[in-house]
Amino acid sequence: MHDLAQQIVNGLATGSIFASVALALVLIYRAMGIINFAQGEMAMFTTYIAWQLVTLGFPIWAAFAITIVVAFVGGVALERIVIRPVERAPELTLVIVTLGLFITFNGLAGWFWGYIVKPFPTPFPTSPIQIGGVGFSAQDIGIIVVSLVTLGLITLFFQKTKLGLAMKAAALYPEQSRVLGIRVGWMLALGWGLAAVVGAVAGIMIAPVVFLDPNMMQSVIVYAFASAVLGGIESPIGAVVGGLILGVVLNLLGTYVDAIGNELRLAAALAIIVVVLMVRPSGLFGRAKVQRV
Amino acid sequence: MAAANAGQLSRVGVAIAVIAILPWVVPSFAVFDLIYVGAYAIAILGLIVLTGMNGQISLGHGAFMALGGYVVAVGVHAAGWPYWVGVPVAAAACGALGIFIGLIALRLAGVYLALATFSLAVATPSFLKHFKSVTGGFGGLSLDSVTTPAGIPLDAQHWLYYVTWASAGVAFLVTALLVRGRFGRALRALRDDPIAAISFGVNPYFYKTLAFAWSAALAGVAGAFFAITTAYVSPDTFTFALSITLLIGAVLGGIMSFWGALVGALVIEFLPLVAQQVNAGAPSVVYGVTLILVMLFVPDGIVGGVMRSIRRLSHRPPQPAFEPSVQPAAPVAADQPSRE
Repeated sequence: MHDLAQQIVNGLATGSIFASVALALVLIYRAMGIINFAQGEMAMFTTYIAWQLVTLGFPIWAAFAITIVVAFVGGVALERIVIRPVERAPELTLVIVTLGLFITFNGLAGWFWGYIVKPFPTPFPTSPIQIGGVGFSAQDIGIIVVSLVTLGLITLFFQKTKLGLAMKAAALYPEQSRVLGIRVGWMLALGWGLAAVVGAVAGIMIAPVVFLDPNMMQSVIVYAFASAVLGGIESPIGAVVGGLILGVVLNLLGTYVDAIGNELRLAAALAIIVVVLMVRPSGLFGRAKVQRV
Repeated sequence: MAAANAGQLSRVGVAIAVIAILPWVVPSFAVFDLIYVGAYAIAILGLIVLTGMNGQISLGHGAFMALGGYVVAVGVHAAGWPYWVGVPVAAAACGALGIFIGLIALRLAGVYLALATFSLAVATPSFLKHFKSVTGGFGGLSLDSVTTPAGIPLDAQHWLYYVTWASAGVAFLVTALLVRGRFGRALRALRDDPIAAISFGVNPYFYKTLAFAWSAALAGVAGAFFAITTAYVSPDTFTFALSITLLIGAVLGGIMSFWGALVGALVIEFLPLVAQQVNAGAPSVVYGVTLILVMLFVPDGIVGGVMRSIRRLSHRPPQPAFEPSVQPAAPVAADQPSRE
């Protein structure tokens, strides 16, 4: 039983990473109808920035804070410079542009920091935390807490601040918002900034576990896709719930079902994506789309 | 139309002549690279059929190349087939998988299909690693290298070069015939106005699935030649990067024209070789930045851009082989809502 509890907490930890990246995807999808294929690579790149700061002698939490600011500014700049010109282009163009960003960040990370896997310092204590007689990894608990706090802050921001409400309005009702004097273009850019921040937090949290290398987010982004699709690609709550479910289920499958093991976890995520899209494209929390012919 | 055909034919003639002479004028190590260009061209042709004509996007064609490559490798390695048996079997296997995935793809609109095929591409190496007893796991499978059949006065490398490019020629010819006929018309109609096309009795399931299957079969042939040329397959041959590289080739070359497949294949084979000398990360950076710039400024790729400039210079009306499915970004006017 102890083992099971540990596995579930471990699954929740990876699940909260999936949830964060999935939320970043949903933030952008809801505002612009774009799947940002580069979300994971943006997170990876900002994680390298954090690593660089730590290597330069900054304490880990200071590096964390600086990285978040850099991620925000970078996300806003990307939207303004790269995405804005193609905002209304066909879907295919947008997919290819975000893939272009994907490859660019991947290459830049390799260029600056090389392809050799680097260890990343954990910001959490290494001794296990005892809860009800079971020792849980402090890292797992830390990941869950930091991710949930981030997700909570994002929710509060969208529900309680004027800026957050303006962003929500701009995403859902762009024309009406414009009439009310909301600068829709900038709201979308802020959305990219926030998504980049959420991604950066996820990257820094997962890096001590998977280690740092330019391809570290490639599987994570697939799990994030699966989480977002499972929860409903337009639903922020869905992304978080989807991510946590996926984290726990994949961890239990990988641990207890030999036929799946570690290698077929990605295949399981792929199966979830395909099956959900075919059977219930709106996911667990989304509304079904009605199309006028 | 007859004049356009004559022009087209003479260009094809020149291309064939260049391809025939090329291996005798380049250094021998480059012949090897040119074999890969042939294989890439076949795979990119598949993407052009899928994206340019069928309006579907695949970020996972590397998976079909993997299947093609492994069919040949397993057939030759375990069952002792001659190589020439492997190629059509690879095409058939990938065509069959293409029908299956094509049926799924019918239900996934635009960006969702991109998402699913992206995941397929990322998951492919782990599939290959998992089924160790067939695929050899991490280590992959080694093959004996190709030898020239008795009586043909070519070394093995030149022999393989001509076989690959002859196959590419067949692939291009068959695809061109398909596109010009009923099949191509049906696809264009379905892509441009599905409701009207269906009202006229065009069966969308049949034609779209067939296009996906044909595209997958082409990728399978490319994968087969990859395996034969390298004489080795491993999960690392068919990574996510391969799928993306193919898409880059198609987009840079231009998805509106078959010539785009040749140009794209040349670019993805030789550009990394040049850029790698700067830095290991440089090829990706160059790819990524060009991809974005191409989408911003010449969405119909190198071939499309060049053809447009020629047309502009000679004041001829545009005659694209098929209408673009990727359009230039509309300029954002300040007084219009930025999205619908």
